[in-house]
Amino acid sequence: MRCIKFFLLLLIIFYYPTKSYSLIEVDITRGNLNPLPIAVSPLSTDEKSRKSFESLIKKKNIGEEISSIVENNLKISGLFNPLSKDAFLQAPDIANLKPRFEDWNLIKAQALITGKVTNVEDKLRVEFRLWDVLAGKEMMALAFTTVPTNWRRVGHIISDKVYERLTGEKGYFDTRIIYVSEEGPKTKRIKKLAIMDQDGANNKFLTLGNELVLTPRFDPTSQMVTYLSYFRNLPRVYLLDIETGMQEVVGDFPGMTFAPRFSPNGKKIIMSFAKDGNSDIYTMDLENRIVEKITNHPSIDTSPSYSPDGKFISFNSDRSGYQQIYIMKNDGSNVKRISFGKGIYGTPVWSPRGDLIAFTKLHKGKFYIGVMRTDGSGERLLTENFYQEAPSWSPNGRVLIFYRETKTNDKGEGFSAKLWSIDLTGYNERMVKTPTDGSDPSWSSLLSK
Amino acid sequence: MKLNKILQNILLVVLACIALSACATKKVSTSQLQGDVYTGTDTVEYLASGVPDRVFFATNESVLTTASRETLRKQAAWLRKNSDITVVLEGHADERGTREYNLALGERRANAAKDYLMTYGVSSDRISVLSYGKERPVDSGSNPLAWSKNRRSVTVKAN
Repeated sequence: MRCIKFFLLLLIIFYYPTKSYSLIEVDITRGNLNPLPIAVSPLSTDEKSRKSFESLIKKKNIGEEISSIVENNLKISGLFNPLSKDAFLQAPDIANLKPRFEDWNLIKAQALITGKVTNVEDKLRVEFRLWDVLAGKEMMALAFTTVPTNWRRVGHIISDKVYERLTGEKGYFDTRIIYVSEEGPKTKRIKKLAIMDQDGANNKFLTLGNELVLTPRFDPTSQMVTYLSYFRNLPRVYLLDIETGMQEVVGDFPGMTFAPRFSPNGKKIIMSFAKDGNSDIYTMDLENRIVEKITNHPSIDTSPSYSPDGKFISFNSDRSGYQQIYIMKNDGSNVKRISFGKGIYGTPVWSPRGDLIAFTKLHKGKFYIGVMRTDGSGERLLTENFYQEAPSWSPNGRVLIFYRETKTNDKGEGFSAKLWSIDLTGYNERMVKTPTDGSDPSWSSLLSK
Repeated sequence: MKLNKILQNILLVVLACIALSACATKKVSTSQLQGDVYTGTDTVEYLASGVPDRVFFATNESVLTTASRETLRKQAAWLRKNSDITVVLEGHADERGTREYNLALGERRANAAKDYLMTYGVSSDRISVLSYGKERPVDSGSNPLAWSKNRRSVTVKAN
């Protein structure tokens, strides 16, 4: 997988960390009903570079292609409103040199992105600038040089830089989603591991569908994935290196292992092991292969997830009679129930920011995705549906991705499973398009840190 | 607490049985549910004549009902007679739970059936257990009857 090999040369030629008091900023702590109007001027390309890239990567106008990636990212974030290019008065190449701010002001743009693409020894060189239209000032200027096939990632990195400059928080666009692709009738689904860019591009299947696969999760520190496979009808937790395709079973358990996740430093797998009708939580150290039993209780203990500092573990257990959320120290001590609302609670996942736990809740026949503080207080339900579960955080902790299943009709027809995302604010709920049905999404870390 | 619930369930089942046998017409039993445990035969297959292959469970439960015990005793008798046969107990859950919890629940249900077979003389090395959670429903409906058919442990011949 060449695209992952990260030889993106990040050459910062000039960077103004303008902490000065610019007029525009985007508040992402509230639902954003007035997204910031932004003009994304197509990156200009000289004729010679344009033709060379057309032959190198079969894209007619590489500058426009990269701009439209940026535009789409900013739009789906829900925080920005990219303006229609038809209204743009200034040509892209001239705007990049010196924007005529009156023109951009006239179409109500508050921010402007301009840039230029050139071919430097068959490498792709992209420079871009972010302008504050109201203040009439440049806010940021960056340039990258990379192999031409990385052109989509350049668009994502630009999006991340703009997002970070305008919101004050890291972006999440240069990331990927691993998920389970689903096809076929509900009673006999064929499931494959699949991976795609966060915006749905570059979808790729990682398994053939010969055996059932479930719950893939990224290592936050690398391109490793852990998941459950029914290979040879033995449901076991596996590791998969998505660069090399190498797979291996995690540990040597005499029964089903499931619900795997990585520790924040990527050195351990935490999972459940079911034996004689009882599921407990175990960890395995990937270096020395030492297995530790973390919970020891006759109830079902599963869906473990570490806090970002690795000191605590959240999980769900039915030890109270029904599924509820608990936290404990990473050695299994100090077990404390934190969910006390009405209904049953499951799939706790700790936010990368450390302050919140996202969960699934079932109450009176409806499923909810919600968040609560790590002591269980401040429960907030973000979305209600017939069936939805398994939230996964964007690396900046601002967006959750999860899956939904539809209710079938009287004849049992009309089943589908789709990926959805929603902002932590409860706004900006949208379906994430996948070529087939999808479930069990897991969001990667930023590819370029 | 848990024991109470078990007793309650057993009592319910017993009461329902009495109620059903009292009005000895077939029409009454077409409701196919006792509490929320499936009692019909739509999806049931047979390991041998008179030996049903599956037992059903209440929501979130792995307690064997009286009817389930009867089915499992028939399976045990058949397995004792056919000592070369090994079986896989496939445990399942309905779609109204989280995927991972359902995997554990399916395993718990299959083990409840396994334990019962063992108390009736089937050696544990002839029985393996495989949970599918909510992955392999028999009925694709999204209604209580469909869900009741899907909460099951199915005994499948492995050789």
